[in-house]
Amino acid sequence: MKKNKWNKLLAIREDIPKKWYLLGILFTFIFLFIIWNALSFMKLVDEVFLPTPVEVVISFILSMVDSAYWGEIGISVYRVFMGFLLACLVGIPLGILAGTFKFAESLIIPVSEFIRYMPAAAFIPLIMVWVGIGEPAKILVIFIGCFFQLVLIVADDTNRISKDLLSASYTLGANRFQVITRVIIPAMLPKLMATMRLIMGWAWTYLVVAELVAADSGLGYSIMKAQRFLDTESIFVGIIVIGLLGLIIDRCFAMANKKLFPWAEGGN
Amino acid sequence: MGVALKSEIIQVRKEQPEIDIRGLSKVYQTKNNRFEALKDVSLHVNNEEFVSILGPSGCGKSTILRILAGLEEASSGNVRVAGHEVTGPSAERGMVFQSYTLFPWLTVRENIEFGLKLKGLKAKERKEISDKYLELVGLERFANSYGKELSGGMKQRVAIARSMANSPDVLLMDEPFGALDAQTKQSMQHLLLDIWKKEKTTIVFITHDIDESLFLSQRIYVMDARPGRISEEIDADLGLFKDGELVDVDRFMKMKKHIISLLKH
Repeated sequence: MKKNKWNKLLAIREDIPKKWYLLGILFTFIFLFIIWNALSFMKLVDEVFLPTPVEVVISFILSMVDSAYWGEIGISVYRVFMGFLLACLVGIPLGILAGTFKFAESLIIPVSEFIRYMPAAAFIPLIMVWVGIGEPAKILVIFIGCFFQLVLIVADDTNRISKDLLSASYTLGANRFQVITRVIIPAMLPKLMATMRLIMGWAWTYLVVAELVAADSGLGYSIMKAQRFLDTESIFVGIIVIGLLGLIIDRCFAMANKKLFPWAEGGN
Repeated sequence: MGVALKSEIIQVRKEQPEIDIRGLSKVYQTKNNRFEALKDVSLHVNNEEFVSILGPSGCGKSTILRILAGLEEASSGNVRVAGHEVTGPSAERGMVFQSYTLFPWLTVRENIEFGLKLKGLKAKERKEISDKYLELVGLERFANSYGKELSGGMKQRVAIARSMANSPDVLLMDEPFGALDAQTKQSMQHLLLDIWKKEKTTIVFITHDIDESLFLSQRIYVMDARPGRISEEIDADLGLFKDGELVDVDRFMKMKKHIISLLKH
């Protein structure tokens, strides 16, 4: 009987009882938390390197009641959304074009493939020369980090729409323009949302890169500042806050996906 | 379906065939390869006739259909439908594919109305027509369902209704029941014959299933591969079936054997 149970739990790509799945999640979190407690409270690691959970929680609460900290959050969220929206505004139409027309693909894809291997962070010195260290600089870093990836993935999403679907619409009387507006775009919307969700995660990464290097505000900057004073708790708080913001945005995307595309196959 | 009914339907025959293909060839040319998919294919389909094109995979039968639909260009030859040279796809030549091609973001009704909307029909007219075809394929109860809620057979019924709603000159069917299980396939074949009787559409049906072609069609073009060509034209409107049941077993078996020998050699 017992062997049977393990056999079931370890079946390749088969579902397991929900209870066991939740147990797995809980286990990792508690395990990591215990390790953290052990290392910090038993002073196995210097407290400058690893503060105790209690200290982090206190620091977190202090930050949350500090209106200046909300200002830092606000400016970071602003930068992420500006960079992200700009990348979407330009990148999504270009991606759809590249996934639809071979000639557009030849114009857009190879150059994007090339640039995406250039690390966005390496552009920062150049960006500072170009546009200084104001808001445009941070937004531009996020834009560069997201844009080329976005174009490539959107082009691929577009390309994956079954050709039979397009053929069917032609035989129903659609012209090329109608095939794009009434078939290709609606067909790819759920995938597009999933792609935007992925790229949003990247936007946060590049935000922190930009703020660590050249900023006097924002969450990345507050992490940087904390490091200078060996204020490790605040570094932890900064990382956790960014993680929570990312999680909230991600959940919003997932919910929107379910609401907007009830027809999509598979879950989100 | 008896002989009487089949002949009744072809009574009203136009002077020129609805579909007229002459000397059709299709060559795929790559850098160091020349593949002759179709060689000098000539065939015709009369108005309101049900014709099957039967052949092994790779014989180019689907290519004929795609050229008829205007989805591919002929390398040489003449392809005319309803008196007009085929130059590109059009709503006048509806097509049903083997793969499921429902627009998943549209409901069953919206799928059926897709072509009507492109034509600029008003909502009320669209609804009248979609109601009719929903009933014809027996999917009234699923009008507001999405594709993911439907079985394979139901999806193909929507695809048929969607093409028919446009009232095309001809209905091109590319192994539409190829992906269905045996039982669903059979009920779909009966449904298709009913629709054909009611709507009097000209149908070209691609299949590799001999029984299917004998059951459904009035005439069969048997094809051979490499290069794709027509090896024989067979009259199948001989009263083999009556009310969907096989009545002339001997003849049926004889014809089947003959077709098998054609496909084998």
